[in-house]
Amino acid sequence: MATATFRIWRGNKEGGKFQDYTTEVSEGMVVLDAVLRIQAEKANDLAVRWNCKAGKCGSCSAEINGIPKLMCMTRLSELSLDLPVIIEPMQSFPSIKDLVTDVSWNFEVKKKIKKFSPRKADASDGTWRMAQNDVNRVQEFRKCIECFLCQNVCHVLRDHHLHNEFIGPRFFVYSANLEMNPLDTQDRLEQLKDTQGIGYCNITKCCTKVCPESITITDNAIIPLKERVADEFYDPLKKLIRLFRKKK
Amino acid sequence: MSNTVIPLQRRKFAQTTRQDGWWIQPLAIFLGLSAFIVYANWAAFQGEHYHWGPYLSPFYSPELFGDSPHSMFGARPSWLPAWVSPALLILWAPAGFRLTCYYYRGAYYKSFWGDPPACAVGELRNGYRGENKLPLIMQNLHRYFLYLALIFLLVLAYDAWKGMWFKDAVTGEVSFGVGIGTLVLITNVCLLGGYTLGCHSLRHLVGGRLDEMSNSPVCQKAYSCVSCFNARHMLFAWLSLVWVAFSDVYIRLCSMGVLSDWRLF
Ligand code: SF4
Ligand code: SF4
Ligand code: FES
Ligand code: FES
Repeated sequence: MATATFRIWRGNKEGGKFQDYTTEVSEGMVVLDAVLRIQAEKANDLAVRWNCKAGKCGSCSAEINGIPKLMCMTRLSELSLDLPVIIEPMQSFPSIKDLVTDVSWNFEVKKKIKKFSPRKADASDGTWRMAQNDVNRVQEFRKCIECFLCQNVCHVLRDHHLHNEFIGPRFFVYSANLEMNPLDTQDRLEQLKDTQGIGYCNITKCCTKVCPESITITDNAIIPLKERVADEFYDPLKKLIRLFRKKK
Repeated sequence: MSNTVIPLQRRKFAQTTRQDGWWIQPLAIFLGLSAFIVYANWAAFQGEHYHWGPYLSPFYSPELFGDSPHSMFGARPSWLPAWVSPALLILWAPAGFRLTCYYYRGAYYKSFWGDPPACAVGELRNGYRGENKLPLIMQNLHRYFLYLALIFLLVLAYDAWKGMWFKDAVTGEVSFGVGIGTLVLITNVCLLGGYTLGCHSLRHLVGGRLDEMSNSPVCQKAYSCVSCFNARHMLFAWLSLVWVAFSDVYIRLCSMGVLSDWRLF
């Protein structure tokens, strides 16, 4: 059986280092398989978070050869096994141990986003009517598995550590889903501009590139939100029109 | 936002564990855009060889004042300094449109500013304002450049149309025809159309701003049309950029007598 070497980051928030492990690999294996084999055979104390092994729970996010990916969805056949495969934890969140990071910041952020507030029910039985076409647009955003790979790659968090001023691409997707929902009546634009830092996004599309659910984060969620914010706060002509309308 | 301190290490400039050629794309974009900027500036300052026969270089269109038959308001006024070519009077609009375009923004922030140099690659600078504060907050005015770009598109379509009417040098008679230059100008307006009609601000304007587009079928149709171009925005951004420069080169070489325009019929 063939073997391959995996250079895995071992450590915690105090620091750590890469350690090489060589293990047997076979056809069809994904990176998570190799990591679990190493855990079973060579490093019983290796911390790794995983759950579904099907790309649906979003637990096994890591960086493989420097690129944010789900370990369970990265086949070894996609990688060159001539050199050690580098596996490290996400860089935008504090380390807990080895490949496991503390992503709880994301859950705190989510709580601060204004909740879905539907308009009055359309029918007397308390139900609503939506056209399929309107639903289609937001459907894409609902595919998110909260793997936080987009948050991890975004340089505003990763390099500039603006966690206190910027909610990150995952939550722009979440906000877009609510903002564009035909039933929702809430206005999140001021929040997006002032406290959630949509202006920090400089549209580099790194988030879109790493999303395992292929959500077109930048083009379909962030830019449309930026345009809505511009409508409301940065368009002098629109402001003038609104002023006239109010006066009438 | 939760005011927590997230203990994270900052990576150094260009530090990454990426094993692929992450620098190739930003470098290619840097070289491509720089080459265009250098050529466009050179061509814009020339003030000559920008028209030939029925063709007018897109860098000089619309020609507000000038000595070519394409000039809209006649000859150059005397108060206009000699170095101000007809191109310099108008190029700020398409330049502003591209400069504030969402695609180009993402591309040049990476290639020219290194903000970041590439995805998951360490940055040079600590401080970061993004588009949240001046000066880059001004990028939000992109929509105004879009309005101008739509007018330019009509002008360039008219130029392509005019490029089909050739004047006989001897009799002065005007007749319909198609030369290589005509095809160059038609391709130019098509590619620019593909680029402009895929603009994110246009996508927002025609329907994206609505939550219930189904109530306005026209908006819905326009939105899906623009979305279709929008999905290929990067492609059209590059094709139209290269072609607009090529159109200028072609007309310039014809005008200088280096090339002779081949009349197809
Ligand atoms: S496009 Fe915006 S949100 Fe996405 S990674 Fe780039 S800066 Fe971050
Ligand atoms: S948007 Fe994509 S990358 Fe971001 S958390 Fe959701 S699934 Fe993961
Ligand atoms: S283990 Fe669930 S996404 Fe990888
Ligand atoms: S977004 Fe590219 S032209 Fe408007």
